[in-house]
Amino acid sequence: MSDPILELSGIHTDIAQYHILQGVDLAVPRGGVTMLLGRNGVGKTTTLRTIIGHWQSKAGRIRFNGTEITTLPTPARARAGIGFVPEDMGIFSDLTVEENMILAAASGPLDPARLEWIFAAFPPLRTFWKSEAGNLSGGQKQMLSIARAMAEERQLYLIDEPTKGLAPAIISTMAGALRDLKKKGASILLVEQNFSVAKALGDTAAVMDDGRIVWAGEMAELAGDSGLQERLMGLSMEAH
Amino acid sequence: MAAAPDHAPKYAQLPLSDKIGRAMPLLLVPVLVLLGFLSIGSTSSWLTLTVSGLAMGMMIFIMASGLTLVFGLMDVINFGHGAFISVGAYVGISALLALEGWTGVPSLMLNVAAVLAAVIAAMCVTGALGWGFERVIVRPVYGAHLKQILVTVGGLIVIEQMIHVLWGPDEIYITRPEMLKGAVTFAGAAIEKYRLLAVVFGLALFIAMRLVLKRTKIGLIVRAGVQNGEMVQALGYRLRLVFIGVFVTGSALAGLGGVMWGLYQEVITAGMGEEMMILVFIVVIIGGLGSVEGAFIGALMVGLLQNYVAFLEPKLALISNIALMTAILMWRPQGMMPVVKAK
Repeated sequence: MSDPILELSGIHTDIAQYHILQGVDLAVPRGGVTMLLGRNGVGKTTTLRTIIGHWQSKAGRIRFNGTEITTLPTPARARAGIGFVPEDMGIFSDLTVEENMILAAASGPLDPARLEWIFAAFPPLRTFWKSEAGNLSGGQKQMLSIARAMAEERQLYLIDEPTKGLAPAIISTMAGALRDLKKKGASILLVEQNFSVAKALGDTAAVMDDGRIVWAGEMAELAGDSGLQERLMGLSMEAH
Repeated sequence: MAAAPDHAPKYAQLPLSDKIGRAMPLLLVPVLVLLGFLSIGSTSSWLTLTVSGLAMGMMIFIMASGLTLVFGLMDVINFGHGAFISVGAYVGISALLALEGWTGVPSLMLNVAAVLAAVIAAMCVTGALGWGFERVIVRPVYGAHLKQILVTVGGLIVIEQMIHVLWGPDEIYITRPEMLKGAVTFAGAAIEKYRLLAVVFGLALFIAMRLVLKRTKIGLIVRAGVQNGEMVQALGYRLRLVFIGVFVTGSALAGLGGVMWGLYQEVITAGMGEEMMILVFIVVIIGGLGSVEGAFIGALMVGLLQNYVAFLEPKLALISNIALMTAILMWRPQGMMPVVKAK
């Protein structure tokens, strides 16, 4: 196995008086989709926010591409090649779809070829190019959120529950776009509650509980062992 | 590339009531001007008061525009903003007094050159002061509103006292440059030249600010940062640098507003900025936090209402703006065009 693109060692993060991450150890392999799974409230979102730098860890180390980024501010982590799609989508609702995308291309103008690729993955974005993002439907906003992360080449994408609350047709669009990203060689760390999406997309998986990684391995192994699922997450994927 | 599945996009059309609701703030200024016309009766008095109100509103807008962006971008309540108004006025007026040879002659070119020099001097000094203020006073108290109020009020007091030390405790009386004195007559109304200039200048500045905010990438970053600063940073932008730039620009604009207000009143005092802050905060609050357009409409309403009420019912002039703020907040608790939602 090649060097992981991202490594977390003994990460502890507090939010106010709460000790949320209690020693997270995680390795994200290069060029695949790693699912971050677990029940609600176990620290999945906090892990992503700690990686991008929205929360500062109080102990532990984060290495990206072999370089320590633990103390770097968020913009430096983004410029190093980490794209982030938050759970609330983080859309700039008063800006148009076009303005959201222009902003996403932080290092220069939008690449037309890349934009065509994004339009092919998310056709509604072309239709509503000049519309205010706040007027889009929930699914379209989620498309814009992921499209924004795709506007520039990133080596690692942190994506938090992209299919939450979406209709099946749109979930399928999302899954297609993520597969495309993977084919282009990007690495993805994906928090996902929809287990059928997790099974379909994931190469590897890590399961969290109580602010720690309690299991890590191949996604296929987890998907094929309902007893393991029951033990780790209190439910079986067969139910989904 | 995987083909996207069938997904017929539909535009989420806004209901008519929402469209009217969005446009309402834009109608308030014309409605107020019309109500003023109906209440005052005399066309010449109404015209004089309207230009006076618009001029006052434009100057308040110039002072308030930076504050609303600072508030929106970094959630910083800066009571020290008034200090930049006072310092701007003192520096600008000192420059004008030093250029008496240019302001005392009836030459448009020399008069304009003197005013421009005064404005540039005031903006440079207040911009630099703003940079220092952010670094020394504001930066240590990000995220702590109560501390922000305490230390920025403290900063305001210190700077006011420094003005007393440098320029003395007495107010300074000034006269406008020769070509800006007097009035022009239009439709039987005498309209002061300086007020006309203030209206034109304020309007030009508002248009320039809108162009920067709407048409440039830095404007996009500022608008996006006001809505969701965390996400802007996650895209790779160093929002802190943008914030410092906005803080310095806002301070320089406050200094510009101070020079214009000083020339408008023809007297300056160290406490003038502090006094103006009441109106500036009213404008920022009724306009909606983070909204330059809202601050513009709010400032015009404050200026117009104060002038109309002072003419119609002088005793009510003092409370007219508080009444306006109360009415607007009862209608829209987050202000007319909020960009930042209440935190």
